[in-house]
Amino acid sequence: MSFATPVTPAVSLAPSRRERLPGRIVFGGSVVAFILLLCLVSLPITLGEGALGYKVQVGELVRSAPAANLGGFFGYDMLGRSILGRCLLGGTISLTIGLAAAAIAVVLGTTVGLIAGYKGGWIDATLMRAVDILYGLPYILLVILFKIGLEPPLTRLFGSAQTANLVVLFLAIGLVSWLTMARVVRGQVLSLREMPFIEACRAMGIPETRIFIKHILPNLIGPITVYATLTVPSAILQESFLSFLGVGVRPPLPTWGSLASEGVAALSPIKFYWWMLLFPCLLLMTTLLSLNFLGDGLRDWLDPKKDAAKL
Amino acid sequence: MPRLIVYRLLQVPLVLAVIYVITFLLAWVAPGDPFSNDRNIDPAVLAGLRERYHAESPIKFLFYYPLELLTTGNFGDSLQYKEWTVNDIIEDSLPVSMTLGLFAMVIATVLGIGVGTLAAVKRGGFVDWASLSIALIGISLPSFVVAALLLMLSATDALRGVFAVGRFEKPIDLILPGLALSLAPMAYIARLTRVSMLDVLSSDFVRTARAKGLSKSMVVWKHCLRNAILPVLSYLGPAAAVTLTGSFVVEKVFNIPGLGQHFINSVLNRDQTLILGVVMVYSAFVLIFNLAVDVLYGIVDPRIRVGGAK
Repeated sequence: MSFATPVTPAVSLAPSRRERLPGRIVFGGSVVAFILLLCLVSLPITLGEGALGYKVQVGELVRSAPAANLGGFFGYDMLGRSILGRCLLGGTISLTIGLAAAAIAVVLGTTVGLIAGYKGGWIDATLMRAVDILYGLPYILLVILFKIGLEPPLTRLFGSAQTANLVVLFLAIGLVSWLTMARVVRGQVLSLREMPFIEACRAMGIPETRIFIKHILPNLIGPITVYATLTVPSAILQESFLSFLGVGVRPPLPTWGSLASEGVAALSPIKFYWWMLLFPCLLLMTTLLSLNFLGDGLRDWLDPKKDAAKL
Repeated sequence: MPRLIVYRLLQVPLVLAVIYVITFLLAWVAPGDPFSNDRNIDPAVLAGLRERYHAESPIKFLFYYPLELLTTGNFGDSLQYKEWTVNDIIEDSLPVSMTLGLFAMVIATVLGIGVGTLAAVKRGGFVDWASLSIALIGISLPSFVVAALLLMLSATDALRGVFAVGRFEKPIDLILPGLALSLAPMAYIARLTRVSMLDVLSSDFVRTARAKGLSKSMVVWKHCLRNAILPVLSYLGPAAAVTLTGSFVVEKVFNIPGLGQHFINSVLNRDQTLILGVVMVYSAFVLIFNLAVDVLYGIVDPRIRVGGAK
């Protein structure tokens, strides 16, 4: 057994190469990739002023386009804007929020988890108590407080309330998403630290930093990937909740969450604008389902015990 | 075991104190002022308000409320709901949220564990596929959409008169908000149960139990479930704390006078005393439920005896 490619019971990084990827990963991954691509490619159109754009003159529009009907592709909303265009632009923003949160979770969570797990002792105790306490606070309170606190300085910095609002949203959701990652990474490091191959590395006199980078970090990529994948859907859902509260993305920019909450607001037994709710929700649900499929599939795929379970 | 409980119980006030200080700082540092948010108020009125709420200076504000809490157990007056103390607000709304939350958690736990177990036993079959999809939909739809659709349902002709729409009067009115509230935890519980059940089903003692002639349902529900329940238990602690302290969305959509609304409104109103009140209630719930879960862990799985006892 070579020390460079340790296979640990915790997470095996080397599922046999010839094994076919499970359907869930292929399905989830391709659906997410397709939706993301669609949103990105249509960005020049949806950001523009045409029929699908969001920067339409309201006065002109009310006269020219029939408000809230099911013409066109996905129908129009109360202001006569195309739901399709807003769904695509909203998708770009929602997915960016999810990816930003995942990126922050990976960087911050992994760093804290690694340090806590590897250093141990009082550093571990302090960091993990801090994580516990942040867990103990209602996260929505933290998000709103971050938003309130960060928005004014960032507005001054960027000179645009719209940009500042988006950046704050990315940061606020990201800053509450790293806690689980920190715990998972710490747990992995704790079990890896006691593995015979790490002990062997120490006995061979390999410097600590090298053990860390060459032998511990590669074994963490599995769980980090899985939890990063699962952070994206939960961040998108958190944004939709913030939109429902009215503290999400600033209109007229849409997100799937704000479109869904506009759809909910337009629900009424008298006239049923179902397309305003259905299409954003359908896109949101498909994306979140696929991301969850992808994350679960990755977890099962990277789980070395899966072969045992088949017996 | 008793030693562990005493030790953990002693930690509770300490952790609560730290959370109190952190929340206080967060609520204080956040820009905005509970006294001057909308109109231009007469400076004399403003000074009067500040005096009434002990906010003439940050120092006084910082010391008055913790001392008041320690000596009398009061969080002080709400800064936004005039003539209400924070304790009144919590005493009024917490029981409502707890009733609804308890109902939702019972539905979520019973259905979640049942569905998850069935899915694991019939792995790869229709039940597995269908329950997994429903569980994922439960996690993938924002709760406000589910709640609003259920509310619409209660307003249709077919259900006329069964539920009070947008009001909260009879016990039967709990059903729809309870369902809306239970969907997400149910989905998580079903997934957790399925995964850990699959793990347990492949272990040796299951084969032994089957080999000595025990019926399949006996093995699954009596022997396996007890082992498979541990991950569910550790999820149940925080989930119950969140659910029992109320959900903003469900309470807003169904117009229920619970505690959940205050989590959001207090922050948006900069109602600092109320923020502290609800956060402390929430944190106390989280701590107590986590402790309860740890104790239950030892009861369900005697191999786990944290803290010494041999």
